[in-house]
Amino acid sequence: MRYESLRSIYHIAIKDMKTYYFKPPAISWGIVFPIAWILAFYLRNPRNFEELIPGLIAMTVLFSTTAMEAVVINFELRVGSLERLLLTPVTLTGVLLGKILGGAIFGLMITAVVTIASVLALGLYHINVIYLLLTLLPSLLLFSALGALLCVLVKEVFEAQTLANLPRFLMVFLCGVFTPVYSLPPALRQIAYVLPLTYTVDGIRVAFGEAGIVNIAIDIVVLIALIPILILPATRLLARRFI
Amino acid sequence: MVKAIEVSGLTKHYDGLVAVGGIDFEVEEGDIFGFLGPNGAGKTTTIRMLTGLSKPTSGNASVLGYDMGYEIVKAKKAFGVVPEISNMYDELSGLDNLIFMAQLYGLPSRERRARAEELLKTFGLFERKDSRFATYSRGMKRALTIAAAVVHRPRLLFLDEPTVGLDVVAARNLRSLIQRLRGEGITVFLTTHYLEEADILCSRIALLVKGKIIAMDTPSTLKAKAEEKPAVEIVFKAPLPQAAEQLGQRLPDAVVMKVNDKVRVYGGDTAIVLEAVLKYAREIGTGVASVNSLKPTLEDAFVKLTGLSPLAMAAEKGGK
Repeated sequence: MRYESLRSIYHIAIKDMKTYYFKPPAISWGIVFPIAWILAFYLRNPRNFEELIPGLIAMTVLFSTTAMEAVVINFELRVGSLERLLLTPVTLTGVLLGKILGGAIFGLMITAVVTIASVLALGLYHINVIYLLLTLLPSLLLFSALGALLCVLVKEVFEAQTLANLPRFLMVFLCGVFTPVYSLPPALRQIAYVLPLTYTVDGIRVAFGEAGIVNIAIDIVVLIALIPILILPATRLLARRFI
Repeated sequence: MVKAIEVSGLTKHYDGLVAVGGIDFEVEEGDIFGFLGPNGAGKTTTIRMLTGLSKPTSGNASVLGYDMGYEIVKAKKAFGVVPEISNMYDELSGLDNLIFMAQLYGLPSRERRARAEELLKTFGLFERKDSRFATYSRGMKRALTIAAAVVHRPRLLFLDEPTVGLDVVAARNLRSLIQRLRGEGITVFLTTHYLEEADILCSRIALLVKGKIIAMDTPSTLKAKAEEKPAVEIVFKAPLPQAAEQLGQRLPDAVVMKVNDKVRVYGGDTAIVLEAVLKYAREIGTGVASVNSLKPTLEDAFVKLTGLSPLAMAAEKGGK
Protein backbone atom coordinates (compact mmCIF):
# COMPACT_ATOMS: atom_id res chain seq x y z
CA MET A 1 0.00 0.00 0.00
CA ARG A 2 1.31 3.43 -0.91
CA TYR A 3 2.51 5.94 1.66
CA GLU A 4 -0.26 8.40 0.68
CA SER A 5 -2.94 5.81 1.40
CA LEU A 6 -1.41 4.88 4.75
CA ARG A 7 -1.23 8.55 5.68
CA SER A 8 -4.92 9.04 4.82
CA ILE A 9 -5.90 5.93 6.82
CA TYR A 10 -4.02 7.37 9.80
CA HIS A 11 -5.65 10.81 9.47
CA ILE A 12 -9.15 9.29 9.21
CA ALA A 13 -8.53 7.19 12.33
CA ILE A 14 -7.23 10.20 14.27
CA LYS A 15 -10.17 12.33 13.16
CA ASP A 16 -12.57 9.59 14.30
CA MET A 17 -10.86 9.54 17.69
CA LYS A 18 -11.34 13.30 18.06
CA THR A 19 -14.88 13.24 16.75
CA TYR A 20 -16.62 10.14 18.01
CA TYR A 21 -14.92 8.68 21.08
CA PHE A 22 -17.29 10.40 23.45
CA LYS A 23 -20.50 9.75 21.54
CA PRO A 24 -23.13 8.14 23.81
CA PRO A 25 -23.40 4.84 21.84
CA ALA A 26 -19.62 4.39 22.02
CA ILE A 27 -19.63 4.99 25.78
CA SER A 28 -22.68 2.83 26.55
CA TRP A 29 -21.85 -0.17 24.36
CA GLY A 30 -18.08 0.15 24.22
CA ILE A 31 -17.25 1.09 27.82
CA VAL A 32 -20.22 0.85 30.23
CA PHE A 33 -21.53 -2.48 28.95
CA PRO A 34 -18.30 -4.55 29.27
CA ILE A 35 -17.45 -2.93 32.61
CA ALA A 36 -20.96 -3.62 33.94
CA TRP A 37 -20.61 -7.29 32.98
CA ILE A 38 -17.21 -7.51 34.65
CA LEU A 39 -18.56 -5.99 37.86
CA ALA A 40 -21.61 -8.26 37.78
CA PHE A 41 -19.43 -11.34 37.55
CA TYR A 42 -17.09 -10.07 40.23
CA LEU A 43 -19.93 -9.41 42.67
CA ARG A 44 -21.44 -12.84 41.96
CA ASN A 45 -18.25 -14.79 42.61
CA PRO A 46 -15.25 -12.71 43.78
CA ARG A 47 -13.20 -15.80 44.75
CA ASN A 48 -12.80 -17.36 41.30
CA PHE A 49 -12.96 -14.07 39.49
CA GLU A 50 -9.45 -14.29 38.04
CA GLU A 51 -10.49 -17.31 35.96
CA LEU A 52 -12.94 -15.07 34.13
CA ILE A 53 -10.44 -12.32 33.34
CA PRO A 54 -9.26 -13.66 29.92
CA GLY A 55 -12.86 -14.02 28.77
CA LEU A 56 -13.83 -10.61 30.07
CA ILE A 57 -10.86 -8.99 28.32
CA ALA A 58 -11.89 -10.73 25.09
CA MET A 59 -15.46 -9.51 25.57
CA THR A 60 -14.18 -5.98 26.08
CA VAL A 61 -12.29 -6.23 22.79
CA LEU A 62 -15.43 -7.44 21.04
CA PHE A 63 -17.84 -4.85 22.42
CA SER A 64 -15.56 -1.81 22.34
CA THR A 65 -14.47 -2.27 18.71
CA THR A 66 -17.87 -3.19 17.27
CA ALA A 67 -19.58 -0.38 19.21
CA MET A 68 -17.10 2.15 17.87
CA GLU A 69 -17.56 0.96 14.27
CA ALA A 70 -21.29 1.54 14.55
CA VAL A 71 -20.51 5.11 15.56
CA VAL A 72 -17.73 5.93 13.09
CA ILE A 73 -19.49 4.39 10.11
CA ASN A 74 -23.20 4.84 10.72
CA PHE A 75 -23.04 8.43 12.00
CA GLU A 76 -21.19 9.33 8.83
CA LEU A 77 -23.50 7.35 6.58
CA ARG A 78 -26.45 9.20 8.07
CA VAL A 79 -25.09 12.75 7.79
CA GLY A 80 -23.32 12.14 4.48
CA SER A 81 -19.79 12.83 5.68
CA LEU A 82 -18.65 9.33 4.63
CA GLU A 83 -19.54 10.38 1.10
CA ARG A 84 -17.40 13.47 1.56
CA LEU A 85 -14.44 11.23 2.45
CA LEU A 86 -15.03 9.30 -0.76
CA LEU A 87 -14.78 12.54 -2.73
CA THR A 88 -11.20 13.05 -1.52
CA PRO A 89 -8.28 11.22 -3.12
CA VAL A 90 -8.63 8.24 -0.79
CA THR A 91 -9.78 4.87 -2.09
CA LEU A 92 -12.90 3.28 -0.67
CA THR A 93 -10.73 0.57 0.90
CA GLY A 94 -8.57 3.31 2.44
CA VAL A 95 -11.61 5.00 3.98
CA LEU A 96 -12.81 1.69 5.42
CA LEU A 97 -9.36 0.81 6.78
CA GLY A 98 -9.22 4.22 8.46
CA LYS A 99 -12.55 3.49 10.12
CA ILE A 100 -11.39 0.02 11.19
CA LEU A 101 -8.17 1.44 12.62
CA GLY A 102 -10.15 4.08 14.54
CA GLY A 103 -12.32 1.37 16.09
CA ALA A 104 -9.31 -0.77 16.91
CA ILE A 105 -7.52 2.12 18.68
CA PHE A 106 -10.64 2.82 20.75
CA GLY A 107 -10.83 -0.89 21.61
CA LEU A 108 -7.14 -0.90 22.52
CA MET A 109 -7.63 1.98 24.95
CA ILE A 110 -10.60 0.39 26.72
CA THR A 111 -9.01 -3.07 26.71
CA ALA A 112 -5.74 -1.66 28.07
CA VAL A 113 -7.59 -0.03 30.97
CA VAL A 114 -9.51 -3.25 31.76
CA THR A 115 -6.39 -5.44 31.44
CA ILE A 116 -4.10 -3.21 33.50
CA ALA A 117 -6.76 -2.72 36.19
CA SER A 118 -7.34 -6.50 36.37
CA VAL A 119 -3.62 -7.27 36.54
CA LEU A 120 -3.01 -4.72 39.28
CA ALA A 121 -6.16 -5.49 41.28
CA LEU A 122 -5.73 -9.26 41.21
CA GLY A 123 -1.93 -9.39 41.19
CA LEU A 124 -1.78 -11.31 37.91
CA TYR A 125 1.86 -10.45 37.24
CA HIS A 126 2.72 -13.76 35.57
CA ILE A 127 1.21 -12.86 32.19
CA ASN A 128 3.15 -13.27 28.97
CA VAL A 129 2.96 -9.75 27.54
CA ILE A 130 4.20 -10.80 24.07
CA TYR A 131 1.49 -13.46 23.73
CA LEU A 132 -1.08 -11.03 25.06
CA LEU A 133 -0.16 -8.35 22.52
CA LEU A 134 0.09 -10.88 19.67
CA THR A 135 -3.45 -11.97 20.49
CA LEU A 136 -4.99 -8.60 21.28
CA LEU A 137 -3.69 -6.55 18.35
CA PRO A 138 -5.05 -8.78 15.55
CA SER A 139 -8.23 -9.32 17.60
CA LEU A 140 -8.82 -5.57 17.84
CA LEU A 141 -8.47 -5.19 14.07
CA LEU A 142 -10.52 -8.31 13.42
CA PHE A 143 -13.52 -7.32 15.54
CA SER A 144 -13.31 -3.77 14.29
CA ALA A 145 -13.52 -5.23 10.75
CA LEU A 146 -16.46 -7.39 11.84
CA GLY A 147 -18.16 -4.27 13.18
CA ALA A 148 -17.48 -2.49 9.88
CA LEU A 149 -18.97 -5.38 7.91
CA LEU A 150 -22.16 -5.31 9.97
CA CYS A 151 -22.41 -1.52 9.97
CA VAL A 152 -22.25 -1.08 6.21
CA LEU A 153 -25.39 -3.22 5.95
CA VAL A 154 -27.53 -0.62 7.73
CA LYS A 155 -27.72 3.15 8.00
CA GLU A 156 -28.58 4.12 11.56
CA VAL A 157 -26.36 3.68 14.65
CA PHE A 158 -29.11 1.92 16.62
CA GLU A 159 -29.70 -0.49 13.74
CA ALA A 160 -26.00 -1.29 13.65
CA GLN A 161 -25.84 -1.86 17.43
CA THR A 162 -28.89 -4.13 17.26
CA LEU A 163 -27.51 -6.10 14.33
CA ALA A 164 -24.11 -6.42 16.03
CA ASN A 165 -25.73 -7.90 19.14
CA LEU A 166 -26.52 -11.13 17.34
CA PRO A 167 -22.89 -12.20 16.71
CA ARG A 168 -21.76 -10.50 19.94
CA PHE A 169 -23.97 -12.56 22.22
CA LEU A 170 -23.54 -15.72 20.18
CA MET A 171 -19.79 -15.41 20.65
CA VAL A 172 -19.98 -14.37 24.30
CA PHE A 173 -21.87 -17.57 25.14
CA LEU A 174 -20.08 -19.99 22.81
CA CYS A 175 -16.46 -18.87 22.66
CA GLY A 176 -15.24 -19.64 26.15
CA VAL A 177 -15.82 -16.26 27.77
CA PHE A 178 -17.73 -17.76 30.72
CA THR A 179 -17.80 -21.49 29.96
CA PRO A 180 -14.71 -23.30 28.62
CA VAL A 181 -15.16 -24.44 25.02
CA TYR A 182 -14.19 -28.03 25.89
CA SER A 183 -17.17 -28.27 28.26
CA LEU A 184 -19.71 -27.36 25.54
CA PRO A 185 -21.81 -30.08 23.86
CA PRO A 186 -20.03 -31.36 20.70
CA ALA A 187 -22.37 -29.58 18.26
CA LEU A 188 -21.87 -26.21 20.00
CA ARG A 189 -18.14 -26.88 20.24
CA GLN A 190 -17.99 -27.19 16.44
CA ILE A 191 -19.72 -23.83 16.14
CA ALA A 192 -17.29 -22.32 18.65
CA TYR A 193 -14.35 -23.36 16.49
CA VAL A 194 -15.60 -21.27 13.58
CA LEU A 195 -16.18 -18.16 15.71
CA PRO A 196 -13.19 -15.82 15.98
CA LEU A 197 -13.69 -14.86 19.65
CA THR A 198 -12.78 -18.46 20.56
CA TYR A 199 -9.22 -17.80 19.36
CA THR A 200 -9.04 -14.45 21.15
CA VAL A 201 -10.14 -15.99 24.46
CA ASP A 202 -7.79 -18.93 23.93
CA GLY A 203 -4.79 -16.70 23.14
CA ILE A 204 -5.45 -14.53 26.19
CA ARG A 205 -5.80 -17.62 28.41
CA VAL A 206 -2.41 -18.85 27.21
CA ALA A 207 -0.94 -15.37 27.86
CA PHE A 208 -2.32 -15.63 31.41
CA GLY A 209 -0.55 -18.99 31.87
CA GLU A 210 -3.51 -21.28 31.32
CA ALA A 211 -3.70 -24.19 28.88
CA GLY A 212 -5.12 -23.37 25.48
CA ILE A 213 -7.43 -25.47 23.35
CA VAL A 214 -5.04 -25.00 20.42
CA ASN A 215 -1.45 -23.81 20.10
CA ILE A 216 -1.25 -20.03 20.50
CA ALA A 217 0.43 -19.78 17.09
CA ILE A 218 -2.77 -21.18 15.58
CA ASP A 219 -4.83 -18.64 17.53
CA ILE A 220 -2.73 -15.80 16.16
CA VAL A 221 -2.67 -17.09 12.57
CA VAL A 222 -6.44 -17.61 12.55
CA LEU A 223 -7.05 -14.12 13.93
CA ILE A 224 -4.74 -12.50 11.39
CA ALA A 225 -6.13 -14.55 8.49
CA LEU A 226 -9.73 -13.58 9.29
CA ILE A 227 -9.03 -9.83 9.07
CA PRO A 228 -8.90 -9.58 5.25
CA ILE A 229 -11.71 -12.14 4.98
CA LEU A 230 -13.97 -9.65 6.78
CA ILE A 231 -12.58 -6.51 5.16
CA LEU A 232 -13.14 -7.75 1.62
CA PRO A 233 -16.94 -8.14 1.82
CA ALA A 234 -17.21 -4.96 3.91
CA THR A 235 -15.45 -3.04 1.13
CA ARG A 236 -17.70 -4.59 -1.51
CA LEU A 237 -20.86 -3.80 0.45
CA LEU A 238 -19.75 -0.23 1.04
CA ALA A 239 -18.92 0.14 -2.66
CA ARG A 240 -22.36 -1.13 -3.54
CA ARG A 241 -23.94 1.57 -1.37
CA PHE A 242 -22.11 4.30 -3.23
CA ILE A 243 -20.72 3.12 -6.54
CA MET B 1 -5.30 21.78 -24.83
CA VAL B 2 -6.89 19.36 -22.36
CA LYS B 3 -10.58 19.93 -21.79
CA ALA B 4 -11.71 20.29 -18.20
CA ILE B 5 -14.41 17.67 -18.79
CA GLU B 6 -15.07 15.40 -21.78
CA VAL B 7 -18.09 13.14 -21.72
CA SER B 8 -19.32 10.77 -24.40
CA GLY B 9 -22.31 8.48 -24.31
CA LEU B 10 -22.52 8.68 -20.51
CA THR B 11 -25.40 6.52 -19.33
CA LYS B 12 -26.70 5.42 -15.95
CA HIS B 13 -29.52 2.98 -15.35
CA TYR B 14 -31.02 2.28 -11.95
CA ASP B 15 -33.12 -0.88 -11.79
CA GLY B 16 -34.05 -0.56 -15.45
CA LEU B 17 -34.84 3.16 -15.19
CA VAL B 18 -32.74 5.53 -17.27
CA ALA B 19 -31.36 8.25 -14.98
CA VAL B 20 -28.90 9.56 -17.55
CA GLY B 21 -29.37 8.52 -21.16
CA GLY B 22 -26.21 8.75 -23.23
CA ILE B 23 -25.12 12.36 -22.85
CA ASP B 24 -22.17 14.02 -24.61
CA PHE B 25 -20.58 17.34 -23.71
CA GLU B 26 -17.29 19.13 -23.17
CA VAL B 27 -16.31 21.84 -20.71
CA GLU B 28 -13.44 24.21 -21.49
CA GLU B 29 -10.98 25.17 -18.78
CA GLY B 30 -11.94 28.46 -17.14
CA ASP B 31 -15.65 28.14 -17.94
CA ILE B 32 -18.53 28.22 -15.51
CA PHE B 33 -20.59 25.45 -17.05
CA GLY B 34 -24.18 25.22 -15.93
CA PHE B 35 -25.99 21.92 -15.87
CA LEU B 36 -29.57 22.97 -15.72
CA GLY B 37 -32.68 20.91 -15.35
CA PRO B 38 -35.70 20.18 -13.19
CA ASN B 39 -35.45 17.85 -10.21
CA GLY B 40 -34.97 14.27 -11.33
CA ALA B 41 -33.43 15.32 -14.64
CA GLY B 42 -30.18 13.46 -13.87
CA LYS B 43 -27.95 16.35 -12.77
CA THR B 44 -26.78 14.83 -9.50
CA THR B 45 -26.36 11.39 -11.10
CA THR B 46 -24.12 12.98 -13.72
CA ILE B 47 -22.06 14.78 -11.10
CA ARG B 48 -21.70 11.55 -9.12
CA MET B 49 -20.39 9.76 -12.20
CA LEU B 50 -17.99 12.59 -12.97
CA THR B 51 -16.62 12.60 -9.43
CA GLY B 52 -16.19 8.84 -9.08
CA LEU B 53 -19.06 8.29 -6.64
CA SER B 54 -21.03 6.28 -9.15
CA LYS B 55 -20.00 4.00 -12.00
CA PRO B 56 -21.62 4.70 -15.37
CA THR B 57 -23.65 1.90 -16.93
CA SER B 58 -21.91 2.81 -20.19
CA GLY B 59 -20.01 5.65 -21.80
CA ASN B 60 -16.81 7.49 -20.98
CA ALA B 61 -15.86 10.50 -18.94
CA SER B 62 -12.52 12.17 -18.50
CA VAL B 63 -11.92 14.96 -16.03
CA LEU B 64 -8.87 17.20 -16.47
CA GLY B 65 -7.44 14.57 -18.79
CA TYR B 66 -7.89 11.69 -16.32
CA ASP B 67 -10.07 8.79 -17.31
CA MET B 68 -12.71 8.36 -14.61
CA GLY B 69 -12.71 4.63 -15.23
CA TYR B 70 -9.22 3.95 -13.88
CA GLU B 71 -7.59 7.25 -12.81
CA ILE B 72 -10.14 8.33 -10.22
CA VAL B 73 -7.72 8.99 -7.36
CA LYS B 74 -5.43 11.10 -9.59
CA ALA B 75 -8.42 13.06 -10.84
CA LYS B 76 -9.71 13.65 -7.31
CA LYS B 77 -6.45 15.38 -6.44
CA ALA B 78 -7.11 17.90 -9.21
CA PHE B 79 -10.78 18.68 -8.62
CA GLY B 80 -12.95 19.64 -5.67
CA VAL B 81 -16.58 18.80 -5.02
CA VAL B 82 -19.25 20.70 -3.13
CA PRO B 83 -22.09 18.21 -2.60
CA GLU B 84 -25.68 19.28 -2.34
CA ILE B 85 -25.66 18.88 1.42
CA SER B 86 -23.12 20.61 3.66
CA ASN B 87 -21.64 17.44 5.10
CA MET B 88 -18.65 18.58 7.12
CA TYR B 89 -18.11 17.27 10.64
CA ASP B 90 -20.47 18.79 13.21
CA GLU B 91 -18.14 17.91 16.08
CA LEU B 92 -15.09 19.64 14.61
CA SER B 93 -14.46 23.37 14.45
CA GLY B 94 -14.33 25.16 11.09
CA LEU B 95 -10.55 25.27 11.36
CA ASP B 96 -10.21 21.57 12.25
CA ASN B 97 -12.55 20.59 9.41
CA LEU B 98 -10.36 22.40 6.89
CA ILE B 99 -7.12 21.05 8.38
CA PHE B 100 -8.54 17.51 8.14
CA MET B 101 -9.41 18.05 4.48
CA ALA B 102 -5.91 19.46 3.88
CA GLN B 103 -4.49 16.28 5.43
CA LEU B 104 -6.53 14.05 3.13
CA TYR B 105 -5.49 16.06 0.08
CA GLY B 106 -1.86 15.66 1.10
CA LEU B 107 -0.95 19.28 1.79
CA PRO B 108 2.40 19.46 3.60
CA SER B 109 1.88 19.71 7.38
CA ARG B 110 3.57 23.15 7.60
CA GLU B 111 1.08 24.59 5.07
CA ARG B 112 -2.17 23.12 6.37
CA ARG B 113 -3.00 25.58 9.12
CA ALA B 114 -1.99 28.62 7.07
CA ARG B 115 -4.10 27.47 4.10
CA ALA B 116 -7.08 26.73 6.37
CA GLU B 117 -6.85 30.17 7.99
CA GLU B 118 -6.45 31.86 4.60
CA LEU B 119 -9.66 30.19 3.39
CA LEU B 120 -11.53 31.04 6.58
CA LYS B 121 -10.63 34.69 6.00
CA THR B 122 -11.58 34.51 2.29
CA PHE B 123 -14.95 33.00 3.12
CA GLY B 124 -15.64 35.37 6.02
CA LEU B 125 -15.51 32.65 8.68
CA PHE B 126 -12.28 33.52 10.46
CA GLU B 127 -14.01 35.01 13.51
CA ARG B 128 -15.81 31.69 14.00
CA LYS B 129 -12.86 29.44 13.17
CA ASP B 130 -12.88 27.71 16.57
CA SER B 131 -16.66 27.23 16.71
CA ARG B 132 -18.05 23.80 16.00
CA PHE B 133 -19.49 23.31 12.51
CA ALA B 134 -22.83 22.34 14.13
CA THR B 135 -23.20 25.90 15.45
CA TYR B 136 -22.77 27.57 12.03
CA SER B 137 -25.70 29.09 10.14
CA ARG B 138 -26.80 27.43 6.91
CA GLY B 139 -24.95 30.01 4.80
CA MET B 140 -21.78 29.61 6.89
CA LYS B 141 -22.00 25.83 6.56
CA ARG B 142 -22.27 26.17 2.79
CA ALA B 143 -19.30 28.55 2.72
CA LEU B 144 -17.16 26.16 4.78
CA THR B 145 -18.17 23.24 2.55
CA ILE B 146 -16.97 25.21 -0.46
CA ALA B 147 -13.79 26.23 1.37
CA ALA B 148 -13.13 22.54 2.09
CA ALA B 149 -13.53 21.74 -1.60
CA VAL B 150 -10.87 24.26 -2.63
CA VAL B 151 -8.38 23.61 0.17
CA HIS B 152 -6.03 21.86 -2.26
CA ARG B 153 -6.32 24.59 -4.93
CA PRO B 154 -8.22 22.48 -7.48
CA ARG B 155 -8.35 23.32 -11.17
CA LEU B 156 -11.99 22.30 -11.38
CA LEU B 157 -14.83 22.65 -8.88
CA PHE B 158 -18.08 20.68 -9.01
CA LEU B 159 -20.93 22.52 -7.29
CA ASP B 160 -24.14 20.58 -6.84
CA GLU B 161 -27.10 22.91 -6.23
CA PRO B 162 -24.97 25.30 -4.18
CA THR B 163 -27.68 27.77 -3.19
CA VAL B 164 -30.53 25.38 -2.36
CA GLY B 165 -32.00 26.26 1.01
CA LEU B 166 -30.07 29.51 1.42
CA ASP B 167 -31.73 32.85 2.12
CA VAL B 168 -31.50 35.61 -0.49
CA VAL B 169 -28.47 37.34 1.04
CA ALA B 170 -26.51 34.12 1.58
CA ALA B 171 -27.31 32.97 -1.96
CA ARG B 172 -26.14 36.29 -3.40
CA ASN B 173 -22.89 36.13 -1.39
CA LEU B 174 -22.33 32.62 -2.63
CA ARG B 175 -22.83 33.65 -6.24
CA SER B 176 -20.23 36.40 -5.94
CA LEU B 177 -17.93 33.86 -4.35
CA ILE B 178 -18.37 31.52 -7.32
CA GLN B 179 -17.57 34.38 -9.68
CA ARG B 180 -14.46 35.11 -7.61
CA LEU B 181 -13.36 31.49 -7.98
CA ARG B 182 -13.66 31.79 -11.71
CA GLY B 183 -11.52 34.91 -11.50
CA GLU B 184 -8.86 32.73 -9.90
CA GLY B 185 -8.90 30.49 -12.97
CA ILE B 186 -10.94 27.65 -11.47
CA THR B 187 -13.30 25.90 -13.88
CA VAL B 188 -16.73 25.50 -12.32
CA PHE B 189 -19.27 22.80 -13.13
CA LEU B 190 -22.51 23.94 -11.59
CA THR B 191 -25.77 22.05 -11.34
CA THR B 192 -28.80 24.11 -10.48
CA HIS B 193 -32.49 24.29 -11.07
CA TYR B 194 -32.50 28.07 -10.58
CA LEU B 195 -32.66 29.58 -14.08
CA GLU B 196 -31.75 33.06 -12.92
CA GLU B 197 -28.70 31.76 -11.09
CA ALA B 198 -27.48 29.94 -14.19
CA ASP B 199 -28.07 33.06 -16.29
CA ILE B 200 -26.01 35.23 -13.95
CA LEU B 201 -23.13 32.84 -13.44
CA CYS B 202 -22.64 30.55 -16.39
CA SER B 203 -20.66 31.04 -19.56
CA ARG B 204 -22.26 27.93 -21.08
CA ILE B 205 -25.36 25.99 -20.17
CA ALA B 206 -26.63 22.52 -20.92
CA LEU B 207 -30.35 21.92 -20.45
CA LEU B 208 -30.99 18.44 -19.12
CA VAL B 209 -34.45 16.89 -19.18
CA LYS B 210 -35.20 13.26 -18.32
CA GLY B 211 -31.54 12.30 -18.59
CA LYS B 212 -30.99 13.87 -22.02
CA ILE B 213 -29.27 17.11 -23.00
CA ILE B 214 -31.79 18.94 -25.13
CA ALA B 215 -29.83 22.16 -25.69
CA MET B 216 -26.33 23.42 -24.93
CA ASP B 217 -24.97 26.89 -25.61
CA THR B 218 -24.19 30.26 -24.07
CA PRO B 219 -27.06 31.83 -22.09
CA SER B 220 -27.41 34.63 -24.66
CA THR B 221 -27.63 32.17 -27.58
CA LEU B 222 -30.17 30.05 -25.73
CA LYS B 223 -32.22 33.15 -25.04
CA ALA B 224 -31.92 34.26 -28.66
CA LYS B 225 -33.44 30.95 -29.69
CA ALA B 226 -36.54 31.91 -27.72
CA GLU B 227 -36.76 35.34 -29.33
CA GLU B 228 -39.28 35.16 -32.15
CA LYS B 229 -40.22 38.82 -32.61
CA PRO B 230 -38.66 42.07 -31.34
CA ALA B 231 -40.62 43.51 -28.44
CA VAL B 232 -40.70 46.91 -26.74
CA GLU B 233 -42.41 48.07 -23.58
CA ILE B 234 -43.58 51.67 -23.28
CA VAL B 235 -44.63 53.67 -20.23
CA PHE B 236 -46.39 56.97 -20.93
CA LYS B 237 -46.13 59.89 -18.53
CA ALA B 238 -49.91 59.99 -18.12
CA PRO B 239 -52.22 56.96 -17.81
CA LEU B 240 -53.75 56.27 -21.23
CA PRO B 241 -56.32 53.47 -21.06
CA GLN B 242 -56.93 53.57 -24.83
CA ALA B 243 -53.24 53.69 -25.83
CA ALA B 244 -52.88 50.04 -26.78
CA GLU B 245 -55.96 50.07 -28.96
CA GLN B 246 -55.08 53.35 -30.66
CA LEU B 247 -51.45 52.36 -31.24
CA GLY B 248 -52.58 49.02 -32.61
CA GLN B 249 -54.56 50.87 -35.31
CA ARG B 250 -51.41 52.81 -36.28
CA LEU B 251 -49.16 49.70 -36.29
CA PRO B 252 -50.95 47.04 -38.37
CA ASP B 253 -47.80 44.83 -38.60
CA ALA B 254 -47.41 44.62 -34.81
CA VAL B 255 -49.36 43.14 -31.91
CA VAL B 256 -50.02 45.79 -29.27
CA MET B 257 -51.30 44.96 -25.80
CA LYS B 258 -51.79 46.63 -22.45
CA VAL B 259 -49.96 45.06 -19.49
CA ASN B 260 -50.85 46.88 -16.23
CA ASP B 261 -49.91 50.53 -16.85
CA LYS B 262 -47.56 49.63 -19.70
CA VAL B 263 -48.01 49.05 -23.40
CA ARG B 264 -46.19 46.23 -25.11
CA VAL B 265 -45.59 46.09 -28.84
CA TYR B 266 -44.57 42.75 -30.37
CA GLY B 267 -43.21 42.58 -33.92
CA GLY B 268 -43.00 45.27 -36.57
CA ASP B 269 -39.95 47.31 -37.46
CA THR B 270 -38.59 48.75 -34.20
CA ALA B 271 -37.73 52.16 -35.77
CA ILE B 272 -41.26 52.52 -37.17
CA VAL B 273 -42.75 51.44 -33.84
CA LEU B 274 -40.75 54.04 -31.90
CA GLU B 275 -41.59 56.78 -34.36
CA ALA B 276 -45.30 55.90 -34.10
CA VAL B 277 -45.21 55.85 -30.30
CA LEU B 278 -43.50 59.26 -30.06
CA LYS B 279 -45.89 60.77 -32.64
CA TYR B 280 -48.90 59.37 -30.76
CA ALA B 281 -47.67 60.78 -27.45
CA ARG B 282 -47.13 64.24 -28.99
CA GLU B 283 -50.60 64.20 -30.58
CA ILE B 284 -52.42 63.47 -27.35
CA GLY B 285 -50.28 65.91 -25.40
CA THR B 286 -48.24 63.65 -23.13
CA GLY B 287 -44.72 62.31 -23.03
CA VAL B 288 -42.98 58.95 -22.93
CA ALA B 289 -41.57 58.07 -19.49
CA SER B 290 -39.60 55.01 -20.66
CA VAL B 291 -39.09 52.66 -23.57
CA ASN B 292 -37.50 49.28 -22.95
CA SER B 293 -36.50 46.60 -25.37
CA LEU B 294 -37.88 43.31 -24.04
CA LYS B 295 -35.40 40.45 -24.19
CA PRO B 296 -36.41 36.85 -23.58
CA THR B 297 -35.23 35.42 -20.28
CA LEU B 298 -33.58 32.07 -19.77
CA GLU B 299 -36.94 30.94 -18.46
CA ASP B 300 -38.50 31.79 -21.84
CA ALA B 301 -35.71 29.81 -23.52
CA PHE B 302 -36.23 26.90 -21.14
CA VAL B 303 -39.96 26.83 -21.78
CA LYS B 304 -39.50 27.03 -25.53
CA LEU B 305 -36.69 24.46 -25.74
CA THR B 306 -38.04 21.92 -23.27
CA GLY B 307 -41.77 22.39 -23.64
CA LEU B 308 -41.94 22.20 -19.83
CA SER B 309 -43.65 24.63 -17.52
CA PRO B 310 -41.30 26.97 -15.64
CA LEU B 311 -42.92 25.54 -12.49
CA ALA B 312 -40.98 22.34 -13.18
CA MET B 313 -37.85 24.30 -12.30
CA ALA B 314 -39.35 26.19 -9.41
CA ALA B 315 -39.99 23.13 -7.22
CA GLU B 316 -37.40 22.60 -4.50
CA LYS B 317 -35.99 19.17 -3.90
CA GLY B 318 -38.08 17.06 -1.62
CA GLY B 319 -41.23 18.57 -2.99
CA LYS B 320 -40.86 21.89 -1.22
